[in-house]
Amino acid sequence: MELTLWTYEGPPHVGAMRIASSMKDIHYVLHAPQGDTYADLLFTMIERRGQRPPVTYTTFQARDLGGDTAELVKKNIKEAVERFKPKTLLVGESCTAELIQDQPGALAKGMGFDMPIVNLELPAYSKKENWGASETFYQLTRTLLKEKVSSSEKISPLRWKELGRRPKVNILGPSLLGFRCRDDVIEIQRILSEQGIDTNVVAPLGASPDDIERLIDAEVNICLYQEIAEASCEWLRRNFGMEYTNTIPIGIKNTIEFINEVHNKLDLPLTNKEELEHKSKLPWYSKSVDSNYLTGKRVFIFGDGTHAIAAAKIAKEELGFEVVGLGTYSREMARQVRATAKDLNIEALITNNYLEVEDAMKKAAPELVLGTQMERHSAKRLGIPCSVISTPMHVQDVPARYSPQMGWEGANVIFDDWVHPLMMGLEEHLIDMFKHDFEFVDGHQSHLGHTATQTKDFLNSAEKKEKNSKEGIFWTESGRAELTKVPFFVRGKVKTNTEKYAILKGILKISDETLYDAKAYFS
Amino acid sequence: MSKVEFNKETGPREVFCGLTSIVWLHRRMPDAFFLVVGSRTCAHLIQSAAGVMIFAEPRFGTAILEEKDLAGLADAHEELDRVVNDLIARRPEIKTLFLVGSCPSEVIKLDLATVAEKLNKRFFGQVRFVNYSGSGIETTFTQGEDGALKALIPLMESSNEEKLLLVGTLANNVEDRFKKIFTNLGISNIESFPPRQSTELPKIGKNTKVLLTQPYLSDTVRDLKHRGCEIISAPFPLGIEGSTKWFLAAAKAFKISELKVHEIISPLINRAKLALDSHKEILKGKRLFLLPESQLEISLARFLHNECEMDLIEVGTPYLNKDLMKEEINLLPENTKIVEGQHVEKQLDRVRETNPDLVVCGMGLANPLEAEGISTKWSIEMVFSPIHGIDQAADLAGLFSKPLKRNQILTSKSLVTN
Repeated sequence: MELTLWTYEGPPHVGAMRIASSMKDIHYVLHAPQGDTYADLLFTMIERRGQRPPVTYTTFQARDLGGDTAELVKKNIKEAVERFKPKTLLVGESCTAELIQDQPGALAKGMGFDMPIVNLELPAYSKKENWGASETFYQLTRTLLKEKVSSSEKISPLRWKELGRRPKVNILGPSLLGFRCRDDVIEIQRILSEQGIDTNVVAPLGASPDDIERLIDAEVNICLYQEIAEASCEWLRRNFGMEYTNTIPIGIKNTIEFINEVHNKLDLPLTNKEELEHKSKLPWYSKSVDSNYLTGKRVFIFGDGTHAIAAAKIAKEELGFEVVGLGTYSREMARQVRATAKDLNIEALITNNYLEVEDAMKKAAPELVLGTQMERHSAKRLGIPCSVISTPMHVQDVPARYSPQMGWEGANVIFDDWVHPLMMGLEEHLIDMFKHDFEFVDGHQSHLGHTATQTKDFLNSAEKKEKNSKEGIFWTESGRAELTKVPFFVRGKVKTNTEKYAILKGILKISDETLYDAKAYFS
Repeated sequence: MSKVEFNKETGPREVFCGLTSIVWLHRRMPDAFFLVVGSRTCAHLIQSAAGVMIFAEPRFGTAILEEKDLAGLADAHEELDRVVNDLIARRPEIKTLFLVGSCPSEVIKLDLATVAEKLNKRFFGQVRFVNYSGSGIETTFTQGEDGALKALIPLMESSNEEKLLLVGTLANNVEDRFKKIFTNLGISNIESFPPRQSTELPKIGKNTKVLLTQPYLSDTVRDLKHRGCEIISAPFPLGIEGSTKWFLAAAKAFKISELKVHEIISPLINRAKLALDSHKEILKGKRLFLLPESQLEISLARFLHNECEMDLIEVGTPYLNKDLMKEEINLLPENTKIVEGQHVEKQLDRVRETNPDLVVCGMGLANPLEAEGISTKWSIEMVFSPIHGIDQAADLAGLFSKPLKRNQILTSKSLVTN
């Protein structure tokens, strides 16, 4: 049993719903009690979808349990098929139905329909949402393509040459309730098209079962989100020989590497190599003098595997930040996140517990947090600026404007989204210059939260000349006066460091000199 | 009883389960913690219903059953013990801990009553444990509150003191207004259940006169009756009419004259009517379809028809307790179509056929209906907003007039430039 206050991922059947809702001509009959219908609002409220998810819930009740729940399942399947006329039917169960073992998938298969039926077995007590999405997409792909396996020759990435046409690729992984998937797809398609590569199918987002059957018309698969598509890409590789990409095109370096990878696989000459560096404003914005202040900014990163790894690389190599924390809730990608963390000389945090993440964040004392909706709240509590880079997300993370994370425009969006929560460079210099002017009060905190409130309370609270801070340590009047002169946005850190230093050195009274000693010690 | 048309429907439903009520119950009793014993789905449901609003470490959580817990029941009891110990160590301010059953815990027959009993012994004098089920196989949405309140009744001491007991969660400001009005009427001893602190449970007995503020408390009412309480029969205090009759019924039980009641509430009524007018202008003659969810549907239909002059197409309700709803049903117009239960697809077919001006529905259905050109009001807002009482009548009407007004603004020709 695991105590959970807030969860990063939903149960695996919600992952299956993400696949079903992303696609056309699919219906999902879910053996589940009425409360499970809440999942509809994830799509209609967070994504603001104007359509209901294509899901029929059997909504069995306690009184049905004594009777024949299997009949109820069949009745719902029959009605759903008649009403929605899907080209492919997904059948599965949620956590409660898993316990009563009606085998809805087997029941559906015995009902004599001629459409393909995918029996989804998603263990609700050991797996989670992203796994469920991945498994559903994999089972669907397998069901719709398995008959073509033996008859097909292995697909060579060079086939386009023989066929005398432009190379074709599939873009796999984007789904509803994924982070900015809608816009990532547009951006990646645009980039590929510029390079002379056509998109064969995008799936699951916007695809129909017919499109899945056409996946093998492409030469290479683009695995855009490993959490969702890697299992399917691997199956397509094993059974059809289709190669797939490993690079996630988030950030300039990775986008260029991605383009190189696709070109190499297809044996397509890369003719615009020099141009690529200038496609996004990020490299120049990062180089421009105002960005000097970004150097060494301490950043804490937590999210799904794909976005956390990409963020770490951009933060370090493209913005010159110092990554002081990196973690993920995607256990499936723990190994990769650990490897990335190791390269950064830090230890990865792999956890489902947002309180553990908050603790790690507190200890790392970052100046910027890149996280999920959970970290946004934790960072707010700690007074640290934050930008959301991964699901779980809020309705405001599904913006009306075009705002991908991937490709050239994605890099532009990332520069703006990460840098704006921070105080701007020039602004930081000015605040430093004017901080002793009488107009300057602590209320002038740019657009940031009240980071220094606690310290301010400490400075203002007692009229006593000497103030007891930690057990046995006193701040003298000169110490407190000096602390007031420290810019408010670092005051809390200076106070903590000075006290840490005093404890370390056995100093009982902190004077102005102690502050400078501590500063020298920690610099 | 007026000639209303009762129908029953079965089929796939689109309603929340009783766990959802934790979202308002935990705010009502800040010293209580609600621990759902369930699955990741339960945890995800509550956080989604709460809009992923994390302002603090919440006073609710889920002990998520894992595969190893399902293997053997003894194991699950021990595991729950461990989770509770950790929780209490972390949150020493908790005074009452609700162990809330869920669909999976009910199906595997996890005996939360026995667990609660054991824990009560161990934490005697520190934390009280009660258990109830919020499972979706037994309860719908607001019924969760019924279960939670029923679970507290055995902890309430007996007293023969005469008192008015308001039963059902109210917004604090509304509760204060009600208490003031009752005091002015001459009822001095007024208490609320649930109380604002879980430890301050009212004492009850044969001189306790129970006045319900919410229509979804069937089990609680039954147990209060068993404890000797007198249940005052009245419509619910939504709108001017409902609230007036509600005050009158209470006054009658305390042998206070009708005249006195009118004297006190007349100025309120006049004020409220004035405030209601602008909303009535928008709502008048508009056709309303209520899908089943909050169990407030019948009272809302009564208010929106009688006071806002809306036409009722269909009044859905997840379940119908005819006894408890008797006074409300009497106030409904002739031939009102009440549908108990749901077949969501067939019901949506009827929505499309009848093309209503406004549909009251759950959050899962609201945007899809809007996309089809049908204005909606999501029902979950009714349980989070202060809507009870005469003073709130206009605010209540406003919840329904706003989507229509907005629709009018957005589709008005003034934006067209040619």
